[in-house]
Amino acid sequence: MCNHYHPLSTDTPRLLDAAFTRRRFLGGMAMLSAAASVPGFVGSTSDAYADTNWYTTSKAGVPEDRVLVVVQLSGGNDGLNTVVPFGDDNYGRARPGIRINNAIKLDGADGLGLNPALRPLHDMMGEGRAAVINGVGYPNPNRSHFKSMDIWHSAKTNEKDMRGKGWVGKAMDTAYPLDRNGVAPDQAGMACVSIGNNTPMAVNGAHVQPVAFQSANAFQWAGHGVHDAVSKGYNQINENVAEAEAADPLAFVQRTTLDAQVASSKVRQAVKGSTETRFPANPLAQQLAMVAKMIKAELPTRVYYVNLGGFDTHAQQANKHTQLLTQFAQSMRAFYDELHKTGHDGRVVSLAFSEFGRRLRQNASAGTDHGVAGPCFVFGPSVKHGLHGSYPSLDNLDEGDLVHTVDFRSVYADLLDNWMAIDSRKTLGARYDPVGLFAKEKRA
Amino acid sequence: MPINPSLSPIREADFGPAQARHLLSRAGYGGTPQDLFEWQSKGLDTAVQQLVQYNDIPMGDLDIADLDPDVIRKLTAEERREFLAARREGDQKTVDKFRRMRVAANAEDRRMHAALQRWWVERMAQTPRPTEERLTMLWHCHFATRHRDVRDAYLMEQQNNFLREHANGSFRELASGIVQDPAMIKFLNNDQNRKQRPNENLSRELMELFTLGEGHYTEDDIKAGARALTGYHIEDNDFVFNERQHDTSNKTILGSTDKFTGSSFVELLLAHEACSRFIALKLYRHFVADVSDDWDLLDSGTRQVVDDLAKLLRDEDFELVPVLTRLFKSRHFYDAGIVGKQIKSPVQIVIGTIHQTHAPLRSDRAIATALRGMGQQLFEPPSVAGWEGGKSWINTSTLFMRQNTCAYLLTGTTPGKTFKKSDVDYNPMPLIAQFEDEPAKVVVDRLCDAMLGHHVGVARREPLVKFMEERSKGVTADALVALLLLITAMPEYQLC
Repeated sequence: MCNHYHPLSTDTPRLLDAAFTRRRFLGGMAMLSAAASVPGFVGSTSDAYADTNWYTTSKAGVPEDRVLVVVQLSGGNDGLNTVVPFGDDNYGRARPGIRINNAIKLDGADGLGLNPALRPLHDMMGEGRAAVINGVGYPNPNRSHFKSMDIWHSAKTNEKDMRGKGWVGKAMDTAYPLDRNGVAPDQAGMACVSIGNNTPMAVNGAHVQPVAFQSANAFQWAGHGVHDAVSKGYNQINENVAEAEAADPLAFVQRTTLDAQVASSKVRQAVKGSTETRFPANPLAQQLAMVAKMIKAELPTRVYYVNLGGFDTHAQQANKHTQLLTQFAQSMRAFYDELHKTGHDGRVVSLAFSEFGRRLRQNASAGTDHGVAGPCFVFGPSVKHGLHGSYPSLDNLDEGDLVHTVDFRSVYADLLDNWMAIDSRKTLGARYDPVGLFAKEKRA
Repeated sequence: MPINPSLSPIREADFGPAQARHLLSRAGYGGTPQDLFEWQSKGLDTAVQQLVQYNDIPMGDLDIADLDPDVIRKLTAEERREFLAARREGDQKTVDKFRRMRVAANAEDRRMHAALQRWWVERMAQTPRPTEERLTMLWHCHFATRHRDVRDAYLMEQQNNFLREHANGSFRELASGIVQDPAMIKFLNNDQNRKQRPNENLSRELMELFTLGEGHYTEDDIKAGARALTGYHIEDNDFVFNERQHDTSNKTILGSTDKFTGSSFVELLLAHEACSRFIALKLYRHFVADVSDDWDLLDSGTRQVVDDLAKLLRDEDFELVPVLTRLFKSRHFYDAGIVGKQIKSPVQIVIGTIHQTHAPLRSDRAIATALRGMGQQLFEPPSVAGWEGGKSWINTSTLFMRQNTCAYLLTGTTPGKTFKKSDVDYNPMPLIAQFEDEPAKVVVDRLCDAMLGHHVGVARREPLVKFMEERSKGVTADALVALLLLITAMPEYQLC
């Protein structure tokens, strides 16, 4: 079915050239080269990180602009059966039917272990490319999926302050501000890629908007196949755009149209090939395989957003939860194996989070109900591996729920300030202490 | 050229095809070439009157949503006793039974919510009173209430009916009705607003988002306003004034001291000088131009128009018909700087394409998904502040979705799927019945006039004319569908 003509394929150099030139596209192309990866960002980063010996790209010629991948585990992951406090009697007592008896013990953390389904993740910790942050949450927790997810997305605990904007989007607004004419820089066009039909609030900025698609194939005009000659017409209407002043909404639409065509072409080109690593056949792995290909293609994208759902395990959770954790761990492993092979792993950090954890006590359906604090996972050889944060006490519960020890905004602050080199205060509205994911230390 | 800020009417003689098109695109969803011809023939006065004062136009056999009011309900006293006892005694089985009941009710409610969304889309697509739906959408965005918080589709339906009933009535009735609207009360937690423990949520939004706008009140006004709204509660599915929970003492709001109730609090707000301007700017942004929602940031011409509309609102005691009538006849409204410069909302894209091409509505589900993807899921505004509108509708992703939603309506092909001729199931030929024997160029021009606007020039139409002229079999249904596809893919189609 792919004999459709697409607007930027090589047999139509005319549109390509026209489009690229018209929209200051020489600049746009330069952004793809390693030298000028992210203007305005590179300068500060290279200074800020000049003395670090822990951060290096794996291969010569690979650009150094840093990438963040956000993995959303939707539904409320049962953190207690993920990072298991097997040494605490409260745990075993509260979960007679669903406790994990064969957790993989974690070095340096007495009585804590990983769900055996997370074996690949445990290996990655040993290899220095995975970390766990325990006890992440926020004050006055909300147990509604929607509300809690909104809080995680917006990094605002008060609904009034959310306004449909998210932490990733706002960080991109900060990184790529509008110029004096109110025009966004070229890099803003693809700064964030979100996979999935429903764009999460997290990636909506005030002016930086995500590129979002479920499948790359659907990320283009759907009219091409309808009539033999229609593609020619489509290119012409977008090629001979009308003269319009910068402030005219038509100019804005025309600019976005060209952005969309360029992004579409780049994305579809990038995901065409195959990966060197075999990715498992689960939805998260398939999304991450696409992301790995886009990273390898060196798209000018700073943040990728992917999603794995199904964690709302109210009943008979054991098998379902094991399956989800297996998918999660195997996918992350394949993703970083692939990034390592292509030489990009050093510039990619991933954060996995869920909107809340679950209650300590199991329910009568051998499942668990909505809780609050839970663990986050961070991946990448650039991250200080191992354990961060302290595990919430099972003796000191708040109405049967864990009390968080790490504010989720500290995790965001650390990622933005110390990885992305984007001032987190503009996004978070306040200063949050970093978790220490990028603490500088000499490595053996 | 500066935009004419005058609200005085254009001459009847100046109400030509372009003006008729502009009027119908803004007050409604546009129309076919034939529709536009008919609207123009009515003349300016009649056209505006029929659009704005639609109440006598029969609705035909449009279904009502008719949702089950009792899906979301409180536990009966007996059930409640049983539940509490079970929880006290650690009887997990019974507690779980109630949990399952709740889960099942919520699932049913989500189904009703989907049905409600479909119902509204169908109504907008089929209504002979397009301005009624445009206004209902304006009030939905203004008094933005989200199903995901209310979690009761029946209440959302009741609110939608309320907004529609008063859509072209008086803003006074809308504002005083909304503080007694069960969905709003639930959404902004006013059911927890009690004499001893006031909840400020509704009071705050009533001033900030519904009547005055930021900067015209203090935190103390919000607190006092909250006390006026105490006891505005819900029982079953209806508003009740819970006298025992109402604070009857004196409150000082915006400098006035009285034993305010919710109703007199709203009256006080309507009398505030900021209110008419705030509502006038809302109307202006909905029907005229994508300007800032901050009056201070407007240029002087726009300020003048907004303030003239505001004065009219006050003079007419917040009746909307005279204001809309004046606006839709005004020189300002038909100025070249206004025509074709507003970004369509996703609903305008979907419903407009149906009104303009008579393409079938196709799968309700696909349309709901498309609206969601384009950022305008009905009954789910992003927050109580409603949809931001304007440029925020369009980015690289939503632009394809907008184009592809049109492609779906015209061809039945969903994005990513291979086009199948058998899926088209749409005959566009009646659209050009009045001029099908004319040369291809005329066909293209008539459709461009209707769908893109007369202001879109020859050079822009050239590729479309060429496409049509090169069709060896002439203007066939296939070629016409392809032409419509191209028109909807024009950047100009994103605007109205």
